[in-house]
Amino acid sequence: MDIFLQQIINGLVQGSIYALVALGYTMVYGIMGLINFAHGEVVMIGTLVTITVAGSLINAGMPVLFAGLAGLGVSVLICMALGWGLERIAYRPLRNAPRLTPLITAIGMSIVLQNLAMMIWGRNYLTFPPLLPKINFELAGAHFTAIQVFIVVVSGATMAGLLALIYRTKLGMAMRATAQNPAVASLMGVNINRVIAAAFVIGSALGALAGVMVGTYYEIAHYQMGFMLGLKAFTAAVLGGIGNLAGAMLGGVLLGIIEALGAGYIGDLTGGFLGSHYQDIFAFIVLIVVLMFKPSGLFGEKTGDRA
Amino acid sequence: MNKWFNPRSAFGVTLIAVALLGLPFVAAMGGQAWVRILDFAILYVFLALGLNIVVGYAGLLDLGYIAFYAVGAYTWALLASPHFGLHLPIWVILPIGAALACIAGVLLGSPTLKLRGDYLAIVTLGFGEIVRIFMNNLNAPVNITNGPQGITLIDPVAFGDFKFSGNTQLFGLTLSGPMKYYYLLVALAILVVIINLRLQNSRIGRAWQAIREDEIAAKAVGINTRNIKLLAFAMGASFGGIAGGVFAAMQGFVSPESFSLMESIMILAMVVLGGMGHIPGVILGAVLLSILPEALRYGVGPIQMALFGKMMVDPESLRMLVFGLALVLVMRFKPAGLWPSPERKRELGEKQAEGKA
Repeated sequence: MDIFLQQIINGLVQGSIYALVALGYTMVYGIMGLINFAHGEVVMIGTLVTITVAGSLINAGMPVLFAGLAGLGVSVLICMALGWGLERIAYRPLRNAPRLTPLITAIGMSIVLQNLAMMIWGRNYLTFPPLLPKINFELAGAHFTAIQVFIVVVSGATMAGLLALIYRTKLGMAMRATAQNPAVASLMGVNINRVIAAAFVIGSALGALAGVMVGTYYEIAHYQMGFMLGLKAFTAAVLGGIGNLAGAMLGGVLLGIIEALGAGYIGDLTGGFLGSHYQDIFAFIVLIVVLMFKPSGLFGEKTGDRA
Repeated sequence: MNKWFNPRSAFGVTLIAVALLGLPFVAAMGGQAWVRILDFAILYVFLALGLNIVVGYAGLLDLGYIAFYAVGAYTWALLASPHFGLHLPIWVILPIGAALACIAGVLLGSPTLKLRGDYLAIVTLGFGEIVRIFMNNLNAPVNITNGPQGITLIDPVAFGDFKFSGNTQLFGLTLSGPMKYYYLLVALAILVVIINLRLQNSRIGRAWQAIREDEIAAKAVGINTRNIKLLAFAMGASFGGIAGGVFAAMQGFVSPESFSLMESIMILAMVVLGGMGHIPGVILGAVLLSILPEALRYGVGPIQMALFGKMMVDPESLRMLVFGLALVLVMRFKPAGLWPSPERKRELGEKQAEGKA
């Protein structure tokens, strides 16, 4: 039983990170109907920038809390700028292009960002500076750390803030209107370009936050880390019904928990035939099974009929 | 006028034939490495045309195409290598590989084809990853794929005693291994071009295009959309399987590394960048995107040396950086691809005149 609880906790932490990244995908998809394949790289840049900024501040003798906040602030700002730039360079000129065209520019940008990161930070794994104290808790036989609590709490608060932004503010209303029908929204005086740019910028800020969390949780970072993380987060967004904010959050958490439970129990289930290195398979098998029965995700609306 | 013969197209065909025949000899002057690059360019043409059936004709976004290629490659590797001690001839393996890939395509397709657009994309992507993860891990408890180390010492393509590896003397010319594979691949590519051309204007091809443009309308005029979509998947997959078999034989080595998601994405990029659904465009896209990174490999380092006198940045990452930028720029200025089909170009013009949809 304690293993079960332990895996639920681990899954919840991992799932919160997935959810934050998935929000970046789902916001852009909800408004523009395109997969921002470069989002995973934005998360990666967020992590690596934090390593550089916070690491050098700590080395300069600054207090850890200040260094952490400065690192987070700088990386959020840089990622926001990156998201804005991505939209301007790779997506805005192609808004009326065939549907697959922005997909290829997104892939191109993802290759560019990955290799830029490799030039700047090198090929090796980097260690993330310890920003949070290592405190262990125990609950009913399951162990968890202050970092895990921090990740779940902060991502929960961020998501609540995002929902408030989307459903309570004027910008949020403009975003929802654009998602429904850009042409009509613009007739109602919504500046479509600003709304789309805002979706990219907010999504990237969430990505940067997620990047910092990944860094604190796993304590290492690498220029290729964005790819798999982005893939899983995108899977989470689709699982929840892409374009749906609450769906992305629940999809992320669900995916994290399923993965953790799967990794924990696959050995027992298959009599030791399949080991925990099959962990990555669960995300996709669950996705395929869910989509077989709910073709537009758990909470998604019916989508258009074009490929 | 005879449909099959007019002097102008006959001249063009002859010119292309001579160029295709002579190309490996020209490339060989730069070393056998360039012939190998040519081989891969043709292999990618083959793959891109296979994917073109799925994405270009039927409009189904498939991000896991490489899985079928992997199935074909591993089929060849397992049936013609010392790994299981099997050395079956090409006549047996290639059809088995194509059939297995075809079955994989139907297996993936049948439960998922009711999905639309991007949902299908992510499911195919997931399928590709699942296949790769299995290939990476099926070395225990029973060693089937030999895990991340891959399978080595795979038999080359051979027709009877004629082997495609090593040098052969023919009509006083020395043909190296890569050169022989080149001619084999060109023959296969011509075959797939002909199949693509014939499909394009067939009943099936028109049904695919109808589904691509409007699935509901296609259903309404009596097209069995599910079967026709499955057929697109199965055909694309079998081409992938055949290409995979030739790849395994040519390399003599397969490992899961060759079948990453990035490969699927690259093949898709070839199709889209060249001009979806348009055969010459797809060929152009495949040739350009497979040769560009190699050309950059030889170009980037020396240019840096000439400009700055030393290596400023790692040439490997600079090469990929330029490649990524090229993808972005081409799509930015040619949104329908480098060489789109005339109809598509026209549609796009109309759409832009209409303004935002």
